[in-house]
Amino acid sequence: MEVMNHSTEEVMEVCLLAGKIMLQSGAETYRVEDTMMRMAAAFGIRQSHSYVTPTGIIFSAEGTGPTRTKLTRISERSTDLKKVTMVNSISRSISSFEIDLLEAKHLLKEVDLQNLTFPFSVQVAAAAIASGCFLIMFNGTWNDFLPSMIAGGCGFLGLVYFHRFLPIKFFSEFLASFIIGLLSALFVKLGVGQELDKIIIGSVMPLVPGLLITNAVRDLMAGHLVSGLSKGAEAFLTAFAIGSGIAVVLSFL
Amino acid sequence: MKILEQLITSFIATGAFGIIFNAPTQSLVKCGLVGMFGWLIYVVMVDQRADVVLATLSATFLVAVISHILAKAYKTPVIIFSVSGVIPLVPGGLAYDAMRNFVQNDYGHAVSLAAEAFLLSGAIAFGLVFSEVLNQVIRKINHHEQVK
Repeated sequence: MEVMNHSTEEVMEVCLLAGKIMLQSGAETYRVEDTMMRMAAAFGIRQSHSYVTPTGIIFSAEGTGPTRTKLTRISERSTDLKKVTMVNSISRSISSFEIDLLEAKHLLKEVDLQNLTFPFSVQVAAAAIASGCFLIMFNGTWNDFLPSMIAGGCGFLGLVYFHRFLPIKFFSEFLASFIIGLLSALFVKLGVGQELDKIIIGSVMPLVPGLLITNAVRDLMAGHLVSGLSKGAEAFLTAFAIGSGIAVVLSFL
Repeated sequence: MKILEQLITSFIATGAFGIIFNAPTQSLVKCGLVGMFGWLIYVVMVDQRADVVLATLSATFLVAVISHILAKAYKTPVIIFSVSGVIPLVPGGLAYDAMRNFVQNDYGHAVSLAAEAFLLSGAIAFGLVFSEVLNQVIRKINHHEQVK
């Protein structure tokens, strides 16, 4: 096996960058740890330890000289599965020695800066269509399809805009579900929609913390108790925010 | 007819979720298919009066197994496929009903609905775990054969 010699500092920087991108994009904790350690091993660092929590990464490498440890703070997390995939494939090509450290650093920086998300309008459209489809899946009638689409789309739009305005996740989710409840109640009152319950359930679905729940379970089972519990708490908070937003509307009816 | 309607809407809904989660464009259709199969199992089992918890468990298990297979075949992380596939099975309706009863001060009914929603979430968790276990067991067996 060909082992490249690099300064521990540089290797750690690249590993932490990869870890940071993955964690910010919503990868599972064990995948982040695994990727970082594999990359370090490929760059010739035999012993490395990574401790990943949803809010920060601690990475320690034993190279030549004294052991170095670095910490990266993660403050903003979103869901961007494309970035996870890209970093994953970069790490694969590092492990099979297809690219060297400089190249990897360059590629990762590129991924970090790129904005790969679908256009915002497409996302809102997707949320709206998903809401409509969920209505049908939960045995709603086709008459309610359009109201549910509008309510779901507006809810998602509200979520993103409120979050830009005031980056407190709990509050923007609360307001988004409040809008959904309000719109649905309005539609039913105007006679455009029939079943209030079904419309609300369908439109709320795009806000549901599905990724968080899935990752929380996988982390817990992989033994990452801290990450699993904190992701579970985040999912619970989101569910609670959605529930209270709807509840406020319902209590006025 | 009803099944067809369910199949189409679940396919579109899961694919749309792929867009919201920004899954790679070429995997959107696969996401939709994964979600569709999961939902098919769920709908058919509920139609046959099977227990909802059991239906959710089986559907999640299937979703996770297909996701593992796809992930291996396309060399991508598993979550890309499993996350959107699991979404339709999340007990949003029950949680909503529970919330509604809480607001209307019908606590007894609300708690029982909340308990059911909790059980369903547990079923989703178990489905994911079972497939993970299966995956690890298969990997272990393959590894042993290679060592021999």
